[in-house]
Amino acid sequence: MDLQIALLLGQDGITNGAIYALLSLALVLVFAVTRVIFIPQGEFVAFGALTLASFQAGKTPGTLWLLIGAGVVVALVDVTLALRSGMPKRILRIVGWNLVYPAVAAAVVFLLKPSEFPLLAQIVLALALVVPLGPMIYRLAFQPLAEASVLVLLIVAVAVHLALVGLGLLFFGAEGSRTPAFSDASFNLGPVTVSGQTLWVVGASLLLIVVLFAFFERTIYGKALRATAMNRTGARLMGISTVMAGKLSFLLAALIGAFSGILIAPITTVYYDTGFLIGLKGFVGAIVGGLASYPIAAAGAVLVGLLESFSSFWASAFKEVIVFTLIIPVLVWRSLTTRHVEEDE
Amino acid sequence: MAEVKTILEVEDLCVAYGKVEALHHASIKVGEGQIVTVIGPNGAGKTTMLCSIMGLLPHTGGAIRFLGQELGDAEVEQMVALGINLVPESRALFGEMSVGDNLLLGAFMRHRAGHRDHEQTMEEVFRIFPRLKERREQHAGTLSGGERQMLALARALMAKPKLLLLDEPSLGLAPLIVREIFRVIADLKKSGVSILLVEQNARAALQVADYAYVLETGEIALEGASDQLIDDPKVVESYLGLGGKH
Ligand SMILES: Nc1ncnc2c1ncn2[C@@H]1O[C@H](COP(=O)(O)OP(=O)(O)O)[C@@H](O)[C@H]1O
Ligand SMILES: [Mg+2]
Repeated sequence: MDLQIALLLGQDGITNGAIYALLSLALVLVFAVTRVIFIPQGEFVAFGALTLASFQAGKTPGTLWLLIGAGVVVALVDVTLALRSGMPKRILRIVGWNLVYPAVAAAVVFLLKPSEFPLLAQIVLALALVVPLGPMIYRLAFQPLAEASVLVLLIVAVAVHLALVGLGLLFFGAEGSRTPAFSDASFNLGPVTVSGQTLWVVGASLLLIVVLFAFFERTIYGKALRATAMNRTGARLMGISTVMAGKLSFLLAALIGAFSGILIAPITTVYYDTGFLIGLKGFVGAIVGGLASYPIAAAGAVLVGLLESFSSFWASAFKEVIVFTLIIPVLVWRSLTTRHVEEDE
Repeated sequence: MAEVKTILEVEDLCVAYGKVEALHHASIKVGEGQIVTVIGPNGAGKTTMLCSIMGLLPHTGGAIRFLGQELGDAEVEQMVALGINLVPESRALFGEMSVGDNLLLGAFMRHRAGHRDHEQTMEEVFRIFPRLKERREQHAGTLSGGERQMLALARALMAKPKLLLLDEPSLGLAPLIVREIFRVIADLKKSGVSILLVEQNARAALQVADYAYVLETGEIALEGASDQLIDDPKVVESYLGLGGKH
């Protein structure tokens, strides 16, 4: 291997690693706040990429139907509960978010022509369709189980994952899609050529990480999420509802997932089930961080990206094996070094 | 306490953990602007009572009324929105967050309701607990036991509560700190906050309270004005002791 190849592989590794880092952050966030191991994270990657690809191909993305359908179910459940518990004031909000919002989204998709939108508007519209699915899934699948064990939540997460993969096949078919690059520019840095898309991916990932960091450190809602992760009862006593925190963390996870999908769509062909493997690599990063530390999770995820890229050169048939085998020494190391901390209660 | 308006009324409250009933038909009243204390030994059901009032535990019977309005199975968040705040026995601080952020989150519900006066409230709270101001940037987990209790109390005050529920604020603290905490509790009453104070430290609680209940194995065994209970032979024998642990 000469230097040029090493730099090329390194560039690949960092590009993928940036995506894995974003996903690992979302996984750590969702687990810390809700104790859900968010297996369906990858489906948001695929939905984001394929929804954008559908717009560009002039098709109506199936995620629109999913948004409308999930909205109707959530509205039925929540309106019933609001009436039964004598809080009719809530109905306006419920109807607004779950019926009116999807209807507006549908109007935009059908009345305007998304295929003629500029790329940025297409991206925003794709996010607008996919991201609200996060809180809706939380509402339907996880909110009723807020007190359940991590294992039960994991089983439900796997079920949601399988359901979404099935819906993905139904909506987008078995063939994959690739979207045009955000930019065709390329730069020569010494011996390597850096593609514009690589810079986009790394730059946008870094930007999103900085924005998330600012959200958690500077805003009261970000602090409320961290508080829920640290001490659920303490947070509830401040009036931070577990449901609100859960929905907010799923919203962020869906945003991160869909945005990651949109970033990688020009680099790899995305299929309806591609997201799972990508999400799993983010998961390896999150495990390195013990599902608790954001910076270690992100660093672990970048390491996964690099490892994957270099092993694809040396032993391409075993690239996935090598990456997932990484979990074993990490788990052994963690179980040897982490002292078990007693719960604070 | 006929002449004062009742802010909290608990009537025939029953709470069970599975099949084991921890509270049997307990009734208490807190008058507006008063300090009412519930004293009793470990395991009597004091924490259970506060958690049930706060909506952390469902009750199996009886009623809880706040300002005359029955609460039913209200969620914790609704109680906070109504102006009820609990300082739990565990303190439930956010250990890896700064003192300032802990206090800020105390005002979360007010923030959601559109009030943007948390900085002013924080200054008022710092006037009560100057020590917390010095430690503003420090992580809550690094505070001493007394400071942690002060922070827990201060954080509850950030919500500007109408009714404050305190679960053993003196637990595990040095006598000097206990005195300081009780001085603050007495001052809070002067500023118009109604307080339901649960304590094992009967002497300190009876000194500061207007009215007191004695809870024993889930039942109210005795009640009366604090200055009467403090001389009651049964109370003296069981809870005040002669040169006992307090
Ligand atoms: N989570 C729980 N599960 C089962 N029993 C409990 C639980 N919490 C408390 N109890 C029981 O309820 C009774 C009252 O407890 P508690 O309210 O904590 O008493 P206190 O605060 O007065 O010390 C005790 O007998 C205790 O063992
Ligand atoms: Mg107790």
